[in-house]
Amino acid sequence: MAPQLESKTNSIGLDEKKYTGSEILLRSLVEEGVEMIFGYPGGAVLPIYDSLYDGHVRHMLARHEQGAIHAADGYARATGKPGVVMATSGPGATNLVTGIATAMMDSIPMICITGNVPLSLLGTDAFQEADITGITMPITKHNYLVRSIEEIPTIVKEAFTIATTGRPGPVLIDIPKDVSQAMSTFTYPEKVEIRGLFQPEAPTDVQINRLQQVIQQAERPVILAGGGVVRANAQAELIEFAEKSNIPVTTTLMGLGGFPSRNELWLGMPGMHGTYAANHALLECDLLIGIGARFDDRVTMGRIDKFATGAKIIHIDIDPAEIDKNVHTYVPIVGDVKQVLAAANETLSSANSSNWIKQCDDWKAKFPLQYDDSDENGLKPQWVIEHLDETTEGKAIVSTDVGQHQMWVAQYYQFSEPRSLLSSGGLGTMGFGFPAAIGAQFASPDRTVIAVTGDGGFQMTAQELAVVALENIPVKIVIINNQCLGMVRQWQEVFYKERYSEVDLSGSPDFVKLAEAYGVKAWRATNKEEATQAWKEALHHSGPAVVDFWVNPNENVYPMVAPGTGLDEMMMGDEEQ
Amino acid sequence: MSHILSVLVNNRPRVLARVSSLLGQRNFNIESISVGQSEEKDLSRMIIVTGGDERTLNQVSKQLSKLIDVIEVRTITESTSVERELMLIRVTSEPNVRMEIQGIVDPFRASVVDVGHDSLMLQATGDRAKLDTLTELLRPYGILEVARTGVIALSRELNQTSLTTVI
Ligand SMILES: Cc1ncc(C[n+]2csc(CCOP(=O)(O)OP(=O)(O)O)c2C)c(N)n1
Ligand SMILES: [Mg+2]
Repeated sequence: MAPQLESKTNSIGLDEKKYTGSEILLRSLVEEGVEMIFGYPGGAVLPIYDSLYDGHVRHMLARHEQGAIHAADGYARATGKPGVVMATSGPGATNLVTGIATAMMDSIPMICITGNVPLSLLGTDAFQEADITGITMPITKHNYLVRSIEEIPTIVKEAFTIATTGRPGPVLIDIPKDVSQAMSTFTYPEKVEIRGLFQPEAPTDVQINRLQQVIQQAERPVILAGGGVVRANAQAELIEFAEKSNIPVTTTLMGLGGFPSRNELWLGMPGMHGTYAANHALLECDLLIGIGARFDDRVTMGRIDKFATGAKIIHIDIDPAEIDKNVHTYVPIVGDVKQVLAAANETLSSANSSNWIKQCDDWKAKFPLQYDDSDENGLKPQWVIEHLDETTEGKAIVSTDVGQHQMWVAQYYQFSEPRSLLSSGGLGTMGFGFPAAIGAQFASPDRTVIAVTGDGGFQMTAQELAVVALENIPVKIVIINNQCLGMVRQWQEVFYKERYSEVDLSGSPDFVKLAEAYGVKAWRATNKEEATQAWKEALHHSGPAVVDFWVNPNENVYPMVAPGTGLDEMMMGDEEQ
Repeated sequence: MSHILSVLVNNRPRVLARVSSLLGQRNFNIESISVGQSEEKDLSRMIIVTGGDERTLNQVSKQLSKLIDVIEVRTITESTSVERELMLIRVTSEPNVRMEIQGIVDPFRASVVDVGHDSLMLQATGDRAKLDTLTELLRPYGILEVARTGVIALSRELNQTSLTTVI
C-alpha cells in the first residue's frame, strides 16, 4: 500500500477543512515522507488507529511493542531515515522503553508515538496511565507531551528535525486521547526554528591544516572509525582519506561496514574481542584519529592509562560532548564526519607510514582470527558465519542479537557496505536482532537480510515469526544454537571458575517446530554437510526461513581482553590456558 | 571546588526536571539550583552551583547544552561575578536577647521581618559565605527554621566564558 494521502493545502497554505488530531498527526507524518509505521494498538491510540484504517500509511502489526520498536530501529539503521513506532499508553508505552534506550545508545533516528489518557485525567493514576515522558527523559534526545491539537504539526516537524539533525536519536511524542480526538484545521510548517538544537558548522581551514600537519608528522598513525561514519554515510570519504594518507583503519562494532573489510588497510575490529593487529595498532600508534567513535569501554577496556599512551589523538565527531569525554584530545574537530573528511581529502597527502603498515601487515599475518573448524564435536559457530559470508559475498544485511554469536558475526562476516550490520552495540539488547531484520527487510525488499541470533535472544522476540509468516517477509533467521546463554557461560568459565550459574537453556522449544507452527519453513543442521545444504535451501527459499544450527556449546569468543586490563593482555584462545 | 553554571532554558513544563535528571544521571553533584525569569520573555535562567573538577564541569556543560530546552550554558567565575543569595531565618529570641541579636545582624545588613512572642524572623542577602557566617553566629540562640533561595549570579561586564561552543 503506497501512501494515499495527499496534502490538501492550497497554494497559500490555507485549508479550511477540519480534521481530527489523529488525522493531523498522520498527515504530518506523510508530510515527513513516512511510509511505514511499526506498532501495536490500544485504548489511548484508538483514534489514531481509526484514522490509519483509511490507509494513509502502511502499518506493521507487531506481536509485542518491543518487536515493533526494534523493527522501526532496523528500518532506520538500514535506511538512515527515521523509524516510526506507535504504541498505546501505559503498558504499551513502557514496552517501548528498552527499544528507545537501544536506539539512544546507538544514535538511531526514531519517532516514537504513544497515546496517553485524556488531559483531564493526566496525573490521576487513571487506567493505563504512565508518565512516559518522565520515564523516557534520559533515553530520548527529546520528548513531547502534546497539550493541544494546534501543537501537533509543529511538534511533529520539530521531532523529525531533532531526530535527524546533528547526532541522531529517538524522539518521543505522547498524545493524550482527547487531543487526537479534537478537531482543527491543518497546515504543516515548512520550517521550524529550534534554538536549543546543536548544528555543527563546517570545519575551518585552520582545523584542516592542523589535521594535515599532525598527520605529516606521524610515523605510526591509525584510524579508529566508529558508528558515526555509518550514520553520516561517509564510507567513500573514509576510504579516500585512509588511502590518500596511507593510514590503517580499525572499525568498532558500530563502525563495521563503514570501511570495507576486504580493503588492505583494514585491521579488523578493536577492543574486547578485537584482532591482535587492531589492538596492537592502538597500543603502539603515535597518532590516533578517532572518527565518529566515542572511545567506549569495550574499546579502551576502561583503561585509559594503557590506551594509546604514546599517541596524539585527533577526534572528529558531530557531538561536542564526546570530545574529551573519555580520552584527552590533541586536535578536536566538531563536525559532520562526511563534511570534515571531504574537506581534508582535498589536500591530503600520505603520512610517513610505510614501515608501520609493514608492521601492521605482519601482525595480521602472524595473528589472524582463528579457530579449529573441525565439526567432530558439533558445528563451529565461526564456520557457520564464514559460510554465510561466502555464500552472500559479504553483501547481505546482517542483524545480530547479543552474545557470542554477535561477536562471531563481527569477526567473521566481511562487511563491505555501510548500514549492513544492524547490532545493538551500546545497550547490548537481547531480543533486538530478529525484529530489526524485519524492519530492514521492509526497507530493502530486494536485499538478502539475515538475522543471526542466539537460542537465548531469539526467545525474547520470537513471537514476531507471526509477522514474517503473514506478510511473507523473506528474512533468514540463523539461530546459533549452543543450548546456553553462551556469552554469560564464557564469562563464568573464564572469570568465575566454571561455576555455571543459570546459563543452561534446557527447555527451549524445538525451533524447527516452533517456526513451522507459525507457518515458517525451517531446517536444522548439526554438521557442515547438513549446514551447507540447509543454508542453500533457506537462502533460495522465497519466503522467511529459520535455520537452527546446532553448534558446539563449549566454543568461546577469542581473542578476549578482560575488562579492566589493558589491550596488551589479550587471551588468544583456549589452547593457551 | 564549586562552580557556578548559568543556564538559559525554555520556560516550559519539566525543564527543571530535565536539567536535574541529567545532572543526576551524569553523577554530578548539585549544591544549589535556582530558577527564575530571565531577560527574555520565554526563557528562564537557572543558576546551578556544583562541585567537581574542571573536566567534569566541562563535560556537564556540554551534556546540558545537548538538551533541546537548553539555549545556552555559561560558567561563571566567582572572582569576576556578582553572587547573591537570600536567606530567611527564624531564631528563638526571648525579649531580653532581642537587642543582642539586633547587634549581631546589623553589620550583616540583615533586617527583622517578623517578630513573634519567642522568635524573630530575619532576612539577609549576600554570598554564601556571608550567610553561612551569620547562621553560625545565630546558632547559639536557637535556630528554628532556615530557608535559602540558592545562589543567583551574573558575570560582571566583559568577563564571561561561553562553553557552548567547542573549538
Ligand atoms: C535483555 C538482556 N538481558 C540479559 C543480557 C545479558 N546477556 C548478554 S549475552 C547473554 C547470553 C545470550 O545468549 P544467546 O542469545 O543464546 O547467545 P549466545 O551468547 O549463546 O550466542 C546474556 C544473557 C542482555 N544482553 N540483554
Ligand atoms: Mg546461546
